[in-house]
Order: sequence, then structure tokens, then C-alpha cells
Amino acid sequence: MLHIVIIGAGECGARAAFALREKGFDGQITLVGAEEHLPYERPPLSKEALLHGLEPKLVSDAARYADAGIAVLTGLSVESIDPAGKTVQLSNGDSLPYDRLLLTMGARPRPFPGLSGTIHRIRTLRTHDDTVAIRAGLQPGKHLAIIGGGFIGLELAATARKLGAQVTLLEGLPRILSRGVPDEIAGVVAARHQAEGVEILCGVKIQSLEESRDEVKVHFEDGRTMAADLIVVGIGAIPNVELARDAGLTIDNGIAVDEHLQTSVPDIFAAGDCCSFPLAHYDGRRLRLEAWRNAQDQGALAAANLLGAGEAMSALPWFWSDQYDLTLQIAGLADGATQTIRRDTADGAFILFHLDAGGRLIAASGIGTGNAIARDIRLAEMMIAAGVRPDPVALAAAQTKLKSLLAA
Amino acid sequence: MTNWVEVCAADEIDEEDVIRFDHEGRTFAVYRSPDDQFFATDGLCTHEKIHLADGLVMDDIIECPKHNGRFSYKTGEAKGAPVCVNLKTYAVKVEAGSVFISLA
Repeated sequence: MLHIVIIGAGECGARAAFALREKGFDGQITLVGAEEHLPYERPPLSKEALLHGLEPKLVSDAARYADAGIAVLTGLSVESIDPAGKTVQLSNGDSLPYDRLLLTMGARPRPFPGLSGTIHRIRTLRTHDDTVAIRAGLQPGKHLAIIGGGFIGLELAATARKLGAQVTLLEGLPRILSRGVPDEIAGVVAARHQAEGVEILCGVKIQSLEESRDEVKVHFEDGRTMAADLIVVGIGAIPNVELARDAGLTIDNGIAVDEHLQTSVPDIFAAGDCCSFPLAHYDGRRLRLEAWRNAQDQGALAAANLLGAGEAMSALPWFWSDQYDLTLQIAGLADGATQTIRRDTADGAFILFHLDAGGRLIAASGIGTGNAIARDIRLAEMMIAAGVRPDPVALAAAQTKLKSLLAA
Repeated sequence: MTNWVEVCAADEIDEEDVIRFDHEGRTFAVYRSPDDQFFATDGLCTHEKIHLADGLVMDDIIECPKHNGRFSYKTGEAKGAPVCVNLKTYAVKVEAGSVFISLA
């Protein structure tokens, strides 16, 4: 019986395991994960789970894995992969043979440079256990310093304010969200955080962090220091490629896969945060995404291709962030844009449509309360996929139904 | 006994679109299909309690605005991850230009 082993039990690995069954695979499936929990959704970790102290929101409960005949080995890491002998070596000493292998090992938080030893008051946020530890340090009045003005840091700031903590967010660049979010939208986000009492300091250079028994200190390059009760570092993530590299797979800002998510070794595929892939819609440009929907899409695609479907990756980058009652969504890649069209919808919500020199829609970014911009961003995503060159005047007019531009 | 509750005038819902309808503490989504029929389901996605009426209707599918979970609004069937629990559906009728939903 064919045995497919999936290393990495997050959203992507779990989705792949179920997708294999949905596509009719009747062989053996083993999902191996280092965490003690069954696969769970990570987006709530900086939001509802942190706010309310919730248990992990499982992708599926144990019964569904059992019903689907998926063996989930939690709390076990993989020590090595032997592509020639087609086995993986587990941390408990067992050796697991496979016919095909899927790597969904995700990414880990980038540590603050130079930190070592036992650290209690300087944390990162990636796992449920991280959320539990951060929540324990966020009583009302405690001072939280967040390093990094990206999505993790900003979502954490919003939740920490709701929990009554005093929050300072430190960003080294001139503004927050400088990776992939337009200035106009970042400005709305920053203003909201400031209105909620978050202190945002941009352009600050941190020399070092120093932990003592009762507090932690940030030392800035200009000689100033700032004390806090807790620091959370959110300065990006590093793809977990070491196992793949040691097994001789090609690495290129992640485990390099082709448009079918196949690695440089034919029986081994990779998907999700750990892999970099070429995106046909943007001239085959290679990218790596750390996003929930990408994890789902690639998990399902990898499952199809593990079974020989030969389907190419076609989904566009798409992600969202929730902060307070604001939701931000971005579809596509705006880097090549030469023109931006703003469309104002109800209640202060707006969408920016990014067009290339040929007038083709290549990305859309929006922000508003609740799901105000969700439907239009979804339609924009479909327009991007279809290669539409929309009339800029119609695009800007809120009364124009985007559905009509999609058909055009 | 069937309890028909008036939702709105039929022309208040565009073809291939959806509106939210709140009634006695419950929330529903009422749809008009591309072939001009009306349907109703529970208003919240079974994945994370998001109002489906903010989502996109495509043919006979409603897609949740938050995480793109998809359902057939005609049958309530969940169409795959991240949604795995079906939506409850309700009978709908149109009389004298108004849409009614059946709340048993």
C-alpha cells in the first residue's frame, strides 16, 4: 500500500492530508508534527485566542482524522530525511518509510539578533503556547513593547490594548507595514492604533535588549533606554528548510519547488510557508508566502500533485489582517504598479486598485470596518486573475458594480 | 404550521446577489439566483460566524467574505475547506412582489 508522509502538522499539512482522501487516495497517510496539539488555525493566536484565552481552534477534531484514516503523530519531530532510502528518521528513534513525501514545515519567528540563554520576558508569537505565555504577561497596566510594525505586531498591539496593557510599538523603518501595504492604508492603520492609545515609534534603531528579573529594557542606538514588562519580537519569519537542505534539496528563500510544488527530488513535494514557488501570473517570479489561504491552497494542490494530477499553481497571493474592528485585505502583488486608483465606499472604507503600465489590474488593497471591502477585493482578485484592463473612471466610482467590470 | 415572514420587496435584491435579514434575534441571508429564484439560509458562516451577506454570490454559490468558505445557497451544502458544516436553508416564496421566508 502506498504510504504518503507529511512532515509538518499545521494548516497546510492537515489540509493536504484531508485533500488526499477527498481526491480518492486510499493508501496510508501519516502526518507528523512537532507540537503537542492537533493541527490548529494560527490566525486567532494574535486575536481571539489571545483576548479570551481560548483553546486551539483545531482544523479538524480527532474523530475526523480517525474517520479519514489519517495517522497524526504529534509531539514528534523529524531528525532527518533519506531521499535515497525513502525514509524519515523521527525524534523518538523510529524510522518511517515513505513512497511520497510532503514537506509542510512552515516557518519560525525570526529571533532578535544576538539573544541567547533563558529568556522569559522577550517572546515571539507563532504557536498556541506562545499565545498562552504572552497572555499571562498582559494584565491591565503592564507595559508591552512590540518590536516590528508588521501584521503580527499590530494585531498583537490591538489585542493587548483590549486587555488593558500599555503598548509601545517599535519599528525600524520610517513607517509601519512597509512590506506590501500601500502608504495610504498603513496610515489608516497607524492612526487607529494611535487613537486607541498605542505609542508607535518609527525609525528607531535598537542596540540591544536586556532582561532582568523584574523587567526588560530596550537600549536604543542613540543612548536612550525604555523599560517594559514584556517584549514581543515580530520581525518576520524564517522558513524551516534545514531538513530539506540536509537531504540535498534545492533551497532558494525556502524549499524551491516548481509550479507543481515538486522539489528538486521527484518524490518530495513542499507547500506553504516553507517553500518558494514561481507564480505564472507575475512572469514566473519566485516568491514565498506566509499566509493562511496560501497554506490551504497549496496543501490541496500538493495533495493533487502527489497523486499525479500535474496541476500548476494558479492562486493569487491574498491575505487579510484584523485590528480592532478594521479589516485589511490585499490581493495580488502591487510592486509593478504604475497607477493607483482609489475607490471610496461606505463609512470611510476604501480600495486601492493597482494597475501596470498596460492598464492591467495587478493588485488591490482595501481597508474598512467589518467586511466592508471583502466582496470588492474578492471581485478584484477575479479581475486580476482574468487579466482585466478596467476603465479607471468606472473603477473609481463606488456606484459601478465591480461584477460588471469583471465581465467586460 | 408554516410561519411566513416578509423579508423585503423582491426588487430590493439584485440578481446573483444576497441581502442580510434580521428577525427576532436571528440573522438570515436571502439570495436571488442568476435565474431569478429566491433562496434563504442561516446568515452566519458555519466556520467563524461571519455574515454571509457580505460575501460574493457566484451562480449558486455563496462565498464567505472572511475566509472564502463556500456553500451552495440552494441546498446549504458546504463545498470544502475551511467549511465542513452545512448551512441550514429555509423555504422562500414571492407573493405580490414581496419575498417571504418560512420560519417554522
